[in-house]
Amino acid sequence: MSRVPAARVAPAPPAVTPRRRRGFIRTYLTPKQAIPGRARLTLAIGSFVVVVGVWSGLAALVQNSSPQYGALFVPSPYQVVVTWWDMMVNLGFYNDVGWSAFRIVAGFLLAAAAAVPLGLLMGSFEAVRSFFNPPINAIRYMPASAFIPLLILLQGLGEDEKITIIWIGVFFQLVLMVMDIAHRVPDEMLNVAYTLGASRWTVFYKVFLPATFPEVVDALRITMGWAWTYLIVAELVAAEHGIGSFILIAERYLRADRIIAAIITIGALGLITDTLFAIVHRLAFPYVEKVRA
Amino acid sequence: MSEIEITDVAMRFRGRHGEVSALERISLTVPDGQFACIVGPSGCGKSTLLMIAAGLITPTEGEVLVNGKATFEPGADRGMVFQSYSLYPWLSVRRNIEFGPEIKKVPAGERRKTSSELIHLMKLDGFADAYPKVLSGGMKQRAAIARALAGDPEVLLMDEPFGALDAQTRQIMQELLTDIWQRYRKTVLFVTHDIEEAIFLGDVIYVMTSRPGRIRTTLAVDIPRPRTFDTLTGPRFAELRNQVVGVIHEESLKAVESELARA
Repeated sequence: MSRVPAARVAPAPPAVTPRRRRGFIRTYLTPKQAIPGRARLTLAIGSFVVVVGVWSGLAALVQNSSPQYGALFVPSPYQVVVTWWDMMVNLGFYNDVGWSAFRIVAGFLLAAAAAVPLGLLMGSFEAVRSFFNPPINAIRYMPASAFIPLLILLQGLGEDEKITIIWIGVFFQLVLMVMDIAHRVPDEMLNVAYTLGASRWTVFYKVFLPATFPEVVDALRITMGWAWTYLIVAELVAAEHGIGSFILIAERYLRADRIIAAIITIGALGLITDTLFAIVHRLAFPYVEKVRA
Repeated sequence: MSEIEITDVAMRFRGRHGEVSALERISLTVPDGQFACIVGPSGCGKSTLLMIAAGLITPTEGEVLVNGKATFEPGADRGMVFQSYSLYPWLSVRRNIEFGPEIKKVPAGERRKTSSELIHLMKLDGFADAYPKVLSGGMKQRAAIARALAGDPEVLLMDEPFGALDAQTRQIMQELLTDIWQRYRKTVLFVTHDIEEAIFLGDVIYVMTSRPGRIRTTLAVDIPRPRTFDTLTGPRFAELRNQVVGVIHEESLKAVESELARA
């Protein structure tokens, strides 16, 4: 081995060490570059401030130009908050929220109880898939809301009609999503179990099922959002209680403020369910690799 | 005694232009305690052959015998390690390793002893209760090998287990695997496209032809064990490598030509 000559003495460092420049553009307008955490928070809060600000401005503008009807059609955010409180205290709006929530939960649970097992079976057994896939795929393109008149004829205006619409809206989408999830479980995960001596049944419940769980919960979370859409449509068409029917009545009385308050309530409920799903996901599946959003 | 024998195995697929032959009458025997490597150009069907050996694919012809008995299904007698580590993400490293013993209903105390020993041997100390998501690629594959060994198979089948690792990690893993093999003396059938890996690890190398896959040459690797990093720089290593490289190169060219002819 030849000897490595000793390194020559390094030249003295320059007086000014070159530094990476940190201009505004470099920090904020480099594609896919992370921004400081405080800036992220400021922007998130800022978006709310902008929405409320623009809305307030618009409301003020309209109400100034038309003092008589302005407040009726374009209420300010503050007026909507006051209305919401009034709805809760004096109009029993919480009752409507309760009815809607009940229908959502019932319809969604019934749809999930059917769609998840069937989707898993379709994803794992080609025979089941070949049988169920064509009709489900066809029905998926029929909008659930188009079934409302038919269901009113068949079932009347009661709860079962609302629940059926949610069921139709959720089931056919969810079953195909779950099928895809099951289908994507890597063969090698199952094959490893076979070469460790597992039987078909063991592979199914010890490998295949747990491998699908996290994504199934994700799929439930997504379809839950759609369930709200179908419910409100059903309630708008015909219902005695519920947020949708409340909105319809508010429209007859020209109460834009109540409509807006009701819509925001739906949004808040959606956000709450979504957060609940996210918490369940995090607690139940701590092992899932997080993809940076 | 744990021996695996592949006799007259052929595999044909029905393709768009009639039948395609993937493997043609392959026979080989890996005697007890031998480390056998299969190398070949990509697409030669070496992974298919291994899947057949595992019982995961049924060959068109021929059969696989373990200790002289024909096998038709996958089983714990042939443990397998895949290139994609395929650890179960919902189980801790320890529970992954204990998966095989758990299926066989080995008592918990004994299971734990086995897994603790393997965790230490595979240099996974401190990660027993970690989920696979926190492991590096090399650690994941070490855990997957530990899981296969915990099942105490007669034969260990490995399908390019280090193919997804970077060169440095791969070298370390090869050294670790020879150590482990010296210790357990499992019968191993190891598929790789990396010629140096095959020479470094194997007692014998089967060089496969391009599609349809056949065994073109069998080479005994007469480099003494234990093999270490220095083995790689020895003259015999270079000789064997040149020999295999020549054969593989010829076969790869053939594969490209036949692809062009088909196009």
